Amino acid sequence: MSDAASYNFAYLDEQTKRMIRRALLKAVAIPGYQVPFASREMPMPYGWGTGGVQVTASVLGADDTLKVIDQGSDDTTNAVSIRKFFERTAGIATTTHTSEATVIQTRHRIPEAPLGEGQILVYQVPIPEPLRFLEPRETETRRLHALEDYGLMHVKLYEDIARHGHIATTYAYPVKVDGRYIMDPSPTPKFDNPKMDMCPALQLFGAGREKRIYALPPYTKVVSLDFEDHPFEPTKFDRGCALCGSEGIYLDEVVTDDRGGRMFVCSDTDYCESRRAEATEGGHALHEVPR
Amino acid sequence: MYVAVKGGEAAIAAAHTLLAKERRGDPAVPELTTDQIREQLALAVDRVMSEGSLYDRDLAPLAIKQARGDLIEAIFLVRAYRSTLPRFGYAQPIDTSAMSIRRRISATFKDLPGGQVLGPTFDYTHRLLDDSLNEVAAEPTAPARRPIADDANAPHVADLLGEQGLIEPNPQATDDAPVADLTRDPLAFPAERDLRLQSLARGDEGLLLALGYSTQRGYGRTHPFAGEIRMGSVEVHLAPEELGFEVPLGTIVVTECEMVNQFKGSAESPPQFTRGYGLTFGHSERKSMSMALVDRALRTRELGEEVVAPAQDEEFVLSHVDNVQATGFVEHLKLPHYVDFQAELQLVRQMRREWEEANRKEAAE
Repeated sequence: MSDAASYNFAYLDEQTKRMIRRALLKAVAIPGYQVPFASREMPMPYGWGTGGVQVTASVLGADDTLKVIDQGSDDTTNAVSIRKFFERTAGIATTTHTSEATVIQTRHRIPEAPLGEGQILVYQVPIPEPLRFLEPRETETRRLHALEDYGLMHVKLYEDIARHGHIATTYAYPVKVDGRYIMDPSPTPKFDNPKMDMCPALQLFGAGREKRIYALPPYTKVVSLDFEDHPFEPTKFDRGCALCGSEGIYLDEVVTDDRGGRMFVCSDTDYCESRRAEATEGGHALHEVPR
Repeated sequence: MYVAVKGGEAAIAAAHTLLAKERRGDPAVPELTTDQIREQLALAVDRVMSEGSLYDRDLAPLAIKQARGDLIEAIFLVRAYRSTLPRFGYAQPIDTSAMSIRRRISATFKDLPGGQVLGPTFDYTHRLLDDSLNEVAAEPTAPARRPIADDANAPHVADLLGEQGLIEPNPQATDDAPVADLTRDPLAFPAERDLRLQSLARGDEGLLLALGYSTQRGYGRTHPFAGEIRMGSVEVHLAPEELGFEVPLGTIVVTECEMVNQFKGSAESPPQFTRGYGLTFGHSERKSMSMALVDRALRTRELGEEVVAPAQDEEFVLSHVDNVQATGFVEHLKLPHYVDFQAELQLVRQMRREWEEANRKEAAE
């Protein structure tokens, strides 16, 4: 059983892949709608990307090149583990470069480099239902979606503004898809929400434990929920990356000592490395950022 | 100087090597064999087969060994393997009234056709640690067995009540009616009883025990009696479409529990007892009894009673009863959440600034 050769290409059997592809087709046909699918047990735990892994396994072909990121990085342990899983069970090429990948599986981030047509971005989704924390019952939330009854969500956002003066949601910030369904963008920081809008790549969302698939076909309108007098504002950083100097990108805060020392670096490690490689090739010194 | 974190791959490989070493323990102690686990930790094997939804007396011990005795981890290993197996078809319903009985007790009748058979049970043992087990003991002797007559017949207790109309009849199965299967279709609500029973059969023993217990303590009381608990082996038959007749696949050991519960009756039906049903692979009375309690509690809606307690709430129970799902999601909190936490940090800082400004302004006024 330890022999990978005894498993089918990309682990899942072809019947299961066909079932998932049907769910994917339905999801693409109804952007933002959560399609129930018969999620399988995978050899990694629920909540660790089984939905994304099943979607990836179902769309991968032998000539695909896969990139896997977690928190924007190719080197976080779970990203390494999932990449190795597909290297072993599908024998496909892998990469850390966003531009070289045909399929990118991600947890919590959208790469900084713009995605292009023909690329597929697969999101790992823990709780697919954007209304879940307002209404715990699935029977009820499905009814609310069917009736396009999104009053609960607007009241929640309004209460945020009444209490805090602004919307106090920083990640998993709800979006409206193609003017119809409210969708959970997975727990990506709201910084990434604008990248979903009119994205040329196909975006697929897999929630294994909750058994749901949803999708954004290329060039779908995705609007972060807001109010006219309180427009959506992506998170802004007041500095650039301390390693590559890029600005307008998402930063990780790194604690450097126990005396309050902090530095801010790119969350997207491939983007950071590419920028530094360019700078070195161009003969420029690394960008120095004042602390 | 900080450089972006690398080395996840090497760290994972090293952690796995360390895990293998820890699993083996002190090399001076002989390694545990899967045969030993199958034969001597049989109840652990039974639990892993039940909740792993795979009756395989070789794979379950292997999973237990690999999981270092962590049964939920072993169940997870079995489930992950199970999902790679092709589905040939669905077996015929097993006939537990034709069971070759090893244990069969009823708490509702002192004596009954087929008799009370205690079988191997912890019941009535004194829970005193037996330090003779520290040594390799002499082989235990087999107890004397009363020969069982060929025509020995042990009808289900609930059927004895059914003959007099004192208990609701079991719903009759129609041959070509599809049976729900949550390993092939996503869970949807409302869930009918076939789906609920499948979910409970795969569900976590601990959660079912607690939920069943809660109904006994007044959270959705059902006044249960253990009508019957039976354990033994039954034959499994498959009727392949191309053959047109049944072929036996082998025998499996199961534990079945039929609870007999009170019911006041309604406008449509006279007062009669109702049923709760539990079935597990292997020998597992705690699980099958708990399952029967929860099955009855989940029939609240069907029997026109009011849903007031957690054990009666099918969305609550079925959504949380699977321990492979639960352990995965609870433990995923170990995964990095840097970017979301960063977003929350920014927000807390902003809100603290706003709070301080507001306080300053108030003090100035």
